[in-house]
Amino acid sequence: MKAVIIGTTTLAIAAGLGFYTWNTSRSAVPCGDTAVAGAAIGGPFELVSETGATVTDTDVITKPTLVYFGYTFCPDVCPLDSARNAAAAYLLADQGHDIGTIFISIDPERDTAQIVGDYTDNFHEDMIGLTGTAAQVDAASKAYRTYYRKQEGDPEYYLVDHSTQTYLMFPETGFATFFKREHTPEQIAQTTACFIDRIG
Amino acid sequence: MKLTTLLTTAALTFAATGAWAESEINVMHATAFETAPTAMAGGGFLHIHNTGDSDDVLVDVRADYPRVEIHTTEFTDGVAKMMHVAGIPVPAGEMVVLEPGGYHVMFMGLQGTPFTLGDMIPATLVFEQAGEIDIMFKVIARDAAHGGMDHDSMDHDAMDHDDANHSDMNH
Repeated sequence: MKAVIIGTTTLAIAAGLGFYTWNTSRSAVPCGDTAVAGAAIGGPFELVSETGATVTDTDVITKPTLVYFGYTFCPDVCPLDSARNAAAAYLLADQGHDIGTIFISIDPERDTAQIVGDYTDNFHEDMIGLTGTAAQVDAASKAYRTYYRKQEGDPEYYLVDHSTQTYLMFPETGFATFFKREHTPEQIAQTTACFIDRIG
Repeated sequence: MKLTTLLTTAALTFAATGAWAESEINVMHATAFETAPTAMAGGGFLHIHNTGDSDDVLVDVRADYPRVEIHTTEFTDGVAKMMHVAGIPVPAGEMVVLEPGGYHVMFMGLQGTPFTLGDMIPATLVFEQAGEIDIMFKVIARDAAHGGMDHDSMDHDAMDHDDANHSDMNH
């Protein structure tokens, strides 16, 4: 499994890890082995926050955090996944766990700081929306091994293909695991709580 | 869970169809989620039930926005790709569901006119056989605190729905 992950493309990494997460979430060990790809995903980034200020990963990942890449012009999948992540955060809050949620735009051309800020407020009052220059967003996406591609077509109403996995990141140890679209708020909350207990 | 969060709206009018066409279209649960104040796009969702004995196709949706299209979302290895579709087949006797993660109506160019909770968005569905049907999309909240949409539920048996509020458009 490890060799496969290391040797393949971003998509295969995503699929493989998703399967890994899916598998471990159903096994007797609910969190799984964090060592598998911990070094491969995440790391430093520099983006622009909702206030227009430049921020780094250490500014925004100050507690266990769910990180998702999407764009606000997406009326279907991104809101659904963002609402799901927000729901997981609310569930965890009910259990006494304080986690963060981050939405990183992969459509910096249209997603201004204000638009991303308004968008994330719609899901959770504490969800952090990030955008940036094309180069900043591209670097962040590459660090997290996510895929995005702007579709050809209308200059104003174009669509963007993009990865939909949500990463669970910790301030000190980085990547813990990630979740696929199929994971429910309850599953994410359960797995996240397990990692919090284990990693702290 | 899902049905209780989806408010129903009745289809309001029904255009005349050819004598050969026995497509009878019922539209239910036409909803759109509230958007952020600066949102540029929003999605509309609905159930379409063809109670007639002739297949039909939803070929267009019109509304008072710069661009309105029928879209679907496909997933490949975790990558979402949204795309415009020319039409959604609604076979005789079947229920087609436009729901998050699949078919949806995409309203584009919302700038300055966000979907606000409780708004009713007038739109016209255009069917190949049944013609034009005017409907209202009711703007509902994304209930994140309670788990958001239940996207694991794929069972859409028409008989399970509370249809008290939809009109049969026999003609």
